[in-house]
Amino acid sequence: MMLDRIMERHRETLILLRRNRKIKAGASILAVILAIAVIGPYTTEYGPLEYTGAIGEPPSSRHPLGTNTFGYDLYSQVVYGLRSSILIGLLGGILATAIGVLIGFISGYFGGIIDELLMMLTNIFLVIPTLALLIIIAAYIEHRGILIESVIIGLTSWPWTARAVRANTLSLRNREFVYLARMSGMPTRSIILREIAPNMLSYIIMVFILQFGGAILYAVSLDFIGLGPTKGISLGVILQQAVLWNAVQLGMWWWAIPPGLLIALLLTSLYVINTGLDEVLNPRLRRQG
Amino acid sequence: MVAQALLEVRNLVKVFKSGMMGREIVAVDRVSFNIEEGEILSLLGESGSGKTTIARMILRLLKPTSGDILYKGRNIWKLKGRELIEYYRQVQGVFQDPYSSFNPIHKVDRPLLQALKNLQGIEGSEALKIIRETLRKVGLNPDEVLGKYPHQLSGGQLQRVSIARALLVNPKLLVVDEPVSMLDASTRIDVLNIFADLRDNEGVSILMIGHDISLSYYISDRIIILYKGSIMEEGETDAVLGSPLHPYTKMLIESIPRIEEKWGRKSRIRLDVDQKPTAMSGCKFLDRCPHAFNMCTRKPNLIRKDNRKIACWLYKNNYNQDIA
Repeated sequence: MMLDRIMERHRETLILLRRNRKIKAGASILAVILAIAVIGPYTTEYGPLEYTGAIGEPPSSRHPLGTNTFGYDLYSQVVYGLRSSILIGLLGGILATAIGVLIGFISGYFGGIIDELLMMLTNIFLVIPTLALLIIIAAYIEHRGILIESVIIGLTSWPWTARAVRANTLSLRNREFVYLARMSGMPTRSIILREIAPNMLSYIIMVFILQFGGAILYAVSLDFIGLGPTKGISLGVILQQAVLWNAVQLGMWWWAIPPGLLIALLLTSLYVINTGLDEVLNPRLRRQG
Repeated sequence: MVAQALLEVRNLVKVFKSGMMGREIVAVDRVSFNIEEGEILSLLGESGSGKTTIARMILRLLKPTSGDILYKGRNIWKLKGRELIEYYRQVQGVFQDPYSSFNPIHKVDRPLLQALKNLQGIEGSEALKIIRETLRKVGLNPDEVLGKYPHQLSGGQLQRVSIARALLVNPKLLVVDEPVSMLDASTRIDVLNIFADLRDNEGVSILMIGHDISLSYYISDRIIILYKGSIMEEGETDAVLGSPLHPYTKMLIESIPRIEEKWGRKSRIRLDVDQKPTAMSGCKFLDRCPHAFNMCTRKPNLIRKDNRKIACWLYKNNYNQDIA
């Protein structure tokens, strides 16, 4: 019922979304990658950290992506790793978007001293070299899991979102229809929920996609320098081990290339979707067909 | 007891600050005036003169830095809850840009229904009846606009819907901020006539903000000339525009292009916008005034002179009578 009303209201936009080539291409790649992450782990008999008996073997029918120096099956490692990398991206992205939207919105809507203080905080976070901070925090925590890693990423990557959302709120708040709503006696709560928030939804979706991709990339960087999850596997961890044990020099391309390729494909598909969304949702870039 | 003005603006000041330690911009500088019942008062000024800021403060959308706005003798910033609803039932506004006056994601019916529901407590079929009636009053066919989204209507239609929204609650005072500046020349007079009819038939007071002297001349009873946040000249429309006294008013009137005269021949007057910060202590018009003299480094007060009020040292003690 609610969904029907939203569909009705945005029918034109939905048609454009479905027609946009970039969105189609990006979403298809993303769908395949997500399917691998969800279904993959059920299609393998080995655990990601289970000794298989075969050491450093190239791809074969038994081991589709070969095995590494420790005898782990790389197909299992990649599908489990992909799953956890995407989980980190989702959790970190949601957290960063939520904090950024909340701070940006409060700052922009209420203004005054609240705005000054929140923006001071945002600016401080913005100039802290994030990766250095991530390294320090990650190094202090002894047992790091996926949850901790995504929380650390979420807590450090919200500032640009806060600034962008604040600017967006400021411009919406001073739009004349908001003034008219106030003069029509509408309570503040429903002005925010019914007049301002719906106008920001498409923007927030795009911000989330960027944060999702950003969190995956940050997680890979952390994993790669050895500050990833202490237990378990992720795409970054596979890459880190591949480099540590000279996979490329030893000619074990099946160890290094598949996880790197997956990361690149995943981030590219997100970027392409975002560009497509921008074309459809930004009236100045909107084009037919 | 002296008859009370409908709305009284006393020593209104608005200072905008940029950032915590940023520089201050004085948008409105000690402005006082009254709006009487059943009159159309024009507030004229160029961009940056603070006219829109004054309108927003009267509509209680922007808090003044200092000074009071009294509606029927009550300070509008002390109103709360039901009193505030009552204020908006009597004082309504229309803005300049019809396109940004409507939320692109809602049908245009929504702001109309909201105004009736929140301010009058009227809903359902009765609300719809009032809405259709009011739309007809502003020259719209209700069937053509109801149920449409803003992008499906023209600017002229939207502006009329916006005016209808303000009229739904039968306000006593209407603050209209450049209501026709974004409309075609052909529809402007129609919209202005709506306001004139409201004054004549229903005794509504109207504060009209604008920059177009000819439109103000056409419709208003009194005129206030604003420059950089201060009142330069105030009085009956015929007096101020017919025989302007203030050098700024004269300059404005000379700058109106006339249909029977070609431009080139006449000595061109300079109306360039200066970038220099004006000394806060002196007359705001000092650096553009052709008659500036040493007194002008002090701020002139708004004084009564014949049939108007004027803030200019030329008329303080009848200096330089020949210039006037």
